[in-house]
Amino acid sequence: MIEITQLTKTFRKFKALDNISLHFERGQTISLLGPNGSGKTTLIKSILGLVIPGKGTIKINGAAIKDQWDYRSQIGYMPQIGRYPENMTIGQVIKMLKEIRKDCKRYDEELIEGFDIPAVQHKTMRSLSGGTRQKVSACLAFLFSPEIFILDEPTAGLDPVASELLKDKIIKERANGKLILITSHVLSDLDDITSHIVYLQEGKLLLYKTVEELKKVTGQEKLNKIIAAIMQKNHPKEYLHHENNY
Amino acid sequence: MKTIIKYVLFDLLKNKTIIVYALILAAITISVSGMGDNASKGLLSLLNITLLFVPIISILFSTIYFFNSVEFTELLLAQPIRRKTMLLAEYAGIAVALSIAYLAGVGIPVCILYYTAATLTLLVSGLFLTLIFSALALLIFVLFKDKTKGIGAAIITALFFTLLFDGLLLSFIYSFSDYPVDKPLLGLISLNPVDLARVLVLLQLDVAVMMGYSGALFKKFMGSATGSIYTVICMLCWTVIPLIIAARVFKKKDI
Repeated sequence: MIEITQLTKTFRKFKALDNISLHFERGQTISLLGPNGSGKTTLIKSILGLVIPGKGTIKINGAAIKDQWDYRSQIGYMPQIGRYPENMTIGQVIKMLKEIRKDCKRYDEELIEGFDIPAVQHKTMRSLSGGTRQKVSACLAFLFSPEIFILDEPTAGLDPVASELLKDKIIKERANGKLILITSHVLSDLDDITSHIVYLQEGKLLLYKTVEELKKVTGQEKLNKIIAAIMQKNHPKEYLHHENNY
Repeated sequence: MKTIIKYVLFDLLKNKTIIVYALILAAITISVSGMGDNASKGLLSLLNITLLFVPIISILFSTIYFFNSVEFTELLLAQPIRRKTMLLAEYAGIAVALSIAYLAGVGIPVCILYYTAATLTLLVSGLFLTLIFSALALLIFVLFKDKTKGIGAAIITALFFTLLFDGLLLSFIYSFSDYPVDKPLLGLISLNPVDLARVLVLLQLDVAVMMGYSGALFKKFMGSATGSIYTVICMLCWTVIPLIIAARVFKKKDI
């Protein structure tokens, strides 16, 4: 569904993505992992067309996305930081997005109801807590039932109840044959929902494997243990230490 | 595009800075007009206030607004929208909001107090300044990645056009005073939107000579009509060209 070939992005001298090739299919939940500054967000933004890659191509459903914009109707994006115009209410933001996406007639309002958004929809965005803003972002990502979900740190700042609700929703969408890309530093949140792991480091692709494979290779059950074991095997000790911090 | 403009307007018309800006303009307008009974003098004071306030407020407020809504811009750009549409819609929203504030603050009181052709040109030049300086703010926003640097650039741009440019112009006149500099000077004035706005109003008043070199020159070399048309065309260019450059740069920008 998403095909990335030899993607390279340089910011001035800094190589954020270095010759990355990946292939994602329907029904997968892919966890993008890696330390801060390893290029996860740059990869996500390249797929969304927010960052324009220097070299390489990205194809979605066989069509290159370069200079295109309508392919984004298939993507639901939940950004890492959700900041909205201060004086708009939650209701207005949702209505605005609906008006922008006139192509979509059927809305998936499961999360809106699950998070009990209608009860707070008259509140202005300025007055909201970080967690509530995050909930709004999540609702917007799922609202137009896209084929691909790109979730950047979705559970950061959410309370346990909301976090579980979002995870259940992700599992459900995956069962519907959607493709889901997640970055998160909270590995325990990814445990039940991930099917594949992509590990990036300093812009390079270190590994792209299914969770089952990794479990077999490392003999571990939990994701944080798996990652730790892999990092221990392939790399100096400080990476292991680094990962355990999360 | 219309949707984005509409919601940016919703947001901005509730914005405290915009409301305060309109109120301050209204207070100044009313107090200035209460001071003398001569309509032309009142208009001149209002002109000076417009030339001083509108550029700096427009460019600063727009720059800050653009930088503050980076995350929202990002979210909207993840929707199926063209980048250009998104950028110009955001510009339109903010330009309309600032124009409404200007019209409410200066336009309404001035039209009630003394309504003449010159009043209209004052409003036109104020609106043009709003459009031009928010377009420049948009250009600054796409050129700079960092908010602090962007705001710095906005302040420098505003000061350059409101204060520094006239100083440079004077030193130019002074150092080339042995040559006929009148015609090159006309060209130079077109490089400053604030001067253009001043000239546009002055051509309607009979005090052009009192308001410095540029006004006198315009009056002398072009009649009121040609002069006005020329300045309006120049100001249109000042609005459109930054927008075109901004849209081009934005197409390739990493967000």
